[in-house]
Amino acid sequence: MALDLSGKQYAQVPFEEKQRLFNEVKADFRFDEYLYGCYECGVCVAACPSARFYDFSPRKIAQTAAREDVDLFYVFLNDSIWDCSQCFSCDRCPRQNSPGGLITVMREVAVKNGLASAQEALEGYGRIVYKIMSTGTQVSPDMLQPNAFPDWGPHVKEISNNLDVWRRALPPETLHTTETGWAVDDKTVIELYLIWHMTGVMDIIKEVDEGLFMILQDVMEERLEEAGYDASFN
Amino acid sequence: MIPREGLVSVSKAKDRQFVRSPEQAPTEDIHDIILQLEKEGEWEVQRVPEPYVEVETKYGRKKKIPLQRTWHHKSCGQCGHIPGYSTSIFWMNRKLGFDYLDPTDQTSCTAWNYYASATSNAAAQAAVAMRNFAAAAETTYYPIIHCGTSFGHYKETRHQLIHSPELRRQVRGILARLGKKFVIPEEIVHYSEWVHVVRDKIADHQVRNLSMIRATVHPACHYHKLITEDAIYDPEIYGGQRSAIITATLKALGIEVADYSTWFDCCGFGFRHILVSRDFSRSFATMRKIEVMKQEANPDVTVTHDTGCVTTLDHSQFAARAHGRNVGIPVMSDSQIAALAMGAHPYKVLQLHWHSTDNKPFLEKIGIDTEKAWREFETAVEALKQGDKQYLTWEDADAESVAAPSAHPEPALH
Ligand code: SF4
Ligand code: SF4
Repeated sequence: MALDLSGKQYAQVPFEEKQRLFNEVKADFRFDEYLYGCYECGVCVAACPSARFYDFSPRKIAQTAAREDVDLFYVFLNDSIWDCSQCFSCDRCPRQNSPGGLITVMREVAVKNGLASAQEALEGYGRIVYKIMSTGTQVSPDMLQPNAFPDWGPHVKEISNNLDVWRRALPPETLHTTETGWAVDDKTVIELYLIWHMTGVMDIIKEVDEGLFMILQDVMEERLEEAGYDASFN
Repeated sequence: MIPREGLVSVSKAKDRQFVRSPEQAPTEDIHDIILQLEKEGEWEVQRVPEPYVEVETKYGRKKKIPLQRTWHHKSCGQCGHIPGYSTSIFWMNRKLGFDYLDPTDQTSCTAWNYYASATSNAAAQAAVAMRNFAAAAETTYYPIIHCGTSFGHYKETRHQLIHSPELRRQVRGILARLGKKFVIPEEIVHYSEWVHVVRDKIADHQVRNLSMIRATVHPACHYHKLITEDAIYDPEIYGGQRSAIITATLKALGIEVADYSTWFDCCGFGFRHILVSRDFSRSFATMRKIEVMKQEANPDVTVTHDTGCVTTLDHSQFAARAHGRNVGIPVMSDSQIAALAMGAHPYKVLQLHWHSTDNKPFLEKIGIDTEKAWREFETAVEALKQGDKQYLTWEDADAESVAAPSAHPEPALH
């Protein structure tokens, strides 16, 4: 779908709000490392996988941030950044920019501010966030369900049918799990929960997905309390 | 037309000599900074244990790669969906007689929440990394990172910690509250770097002839594009113009490495794309990678060294084949190929039944009777089902004849 760069779709959003979000991106400690300006050479676009399949341009995003074009920045913040593959092929930039890194920061700001576009981009993604935050491993064997990966062929069904016994047919002792990638100690998971708590990640989740926040809070509270911690994330 | 004599003679790239020198590197040497910060009491540095092998990175600086006493920072995607990947790494360690630790006090790097959904932040990511490093240091084993993304992300995190005193202060405080030391490894090491430095030892233990095999290589983006300097380069491989990783290993095993024009392209994984914009991942993996390899190199196998790359390049081919596209290249990790060379069982160790694209023609070409090998695996699985035993052991994995071919195999050539 063609990207509408006119900004008309966001004419109702006050300029001050767009400026505030731009300032938040600019204030991030990584911003100066990721953007030194832009030659507008297009090297990043030539290397970019997403540019081949979407109406997407790391050059335009870098250039817009460098020029501090706040209206256009807002368009990219909502309609473009989620197309990025985060491969960092664009780190080939002769200006030493990292358009991909800039996009990481923009995504964080979009999520932290609960933008509707970010919520939409993360739709269907909650179970992944849940898995990683609650278990400490993200890609679990039991995710291999035929209805989740219909385009991967019939062997997914074969795996899911044999999951338990095929996991037990793995020589490393840590890999006999089905709900997590490997066996993770309880103490380790508790430490992970404390990290989410201490770094404000739970606040981010609350902003972008209230339902997910509540489920995570429940799971974490129980385990943290069992381990003797005060676990109210409110 | 401009007469030839009017042109200034420019030497061709292949005639030029590129001499790498750390003095001319456009980057700072992170080793110096890490050690300086240790002197200033900012953190402890976990030293690479001896014996180690020194290799060169992009600008000719040295990097130490440990051989053993390694703490294996596993990959969720490898362990979860392609478990023969990590199993092969452990199997090789055992075969080479190396001491290693497969810890349970380890979380993933959680970079999925950084690159895919942005539901994290730099402080949380750095705290997760430093918690894992502290857990490794407590055991005195040295972290070796299985996942390309975890490796790249930890390099990035190290860069941020080095340059932000505020981030260091914050994360040091978090680690203190967890009762953990603030300790950073002297080098961040990817498992494929370990495979690279032990490639000659692997070749010494090689029992399967792979000289009839042609392979293509996909270097993982997060290995060589994130913090670009910290990747292994070797003047003998691609003239030092690309990372030597994987290619040097395959060559040591006698495999022909064939080039293709889109080698620099990513695999199409895209993090969120592989889960919620799957048409992109499928299209990119097949149209920009597999089909190009097929057309330009027609390899027997393509070899890579990261979780997402194996997954995307392999699984995307099913739907493309249904559309009649020119696909059909088995995808494996360098650890699987190396283990195979050393005689590992294709199903009990490499666990190739978790892969999607048909790899039987490749296995048959190197002389493996795939039907027999599968029967052996099924017999072992049956024993688990019957409750004769609960788990397949390392000893079971090596029990069958197919896993111990003769030292001078005569592979069936097709
Ligand atoms: S990180 Fe994003 S912008 Fe950069 S090359 Fe990859 S897909 Fe393109
Ligand atoms: S490669 Fe760098 S300088 Fe060139 S257009 Fe992209 S961001 Fe700008």
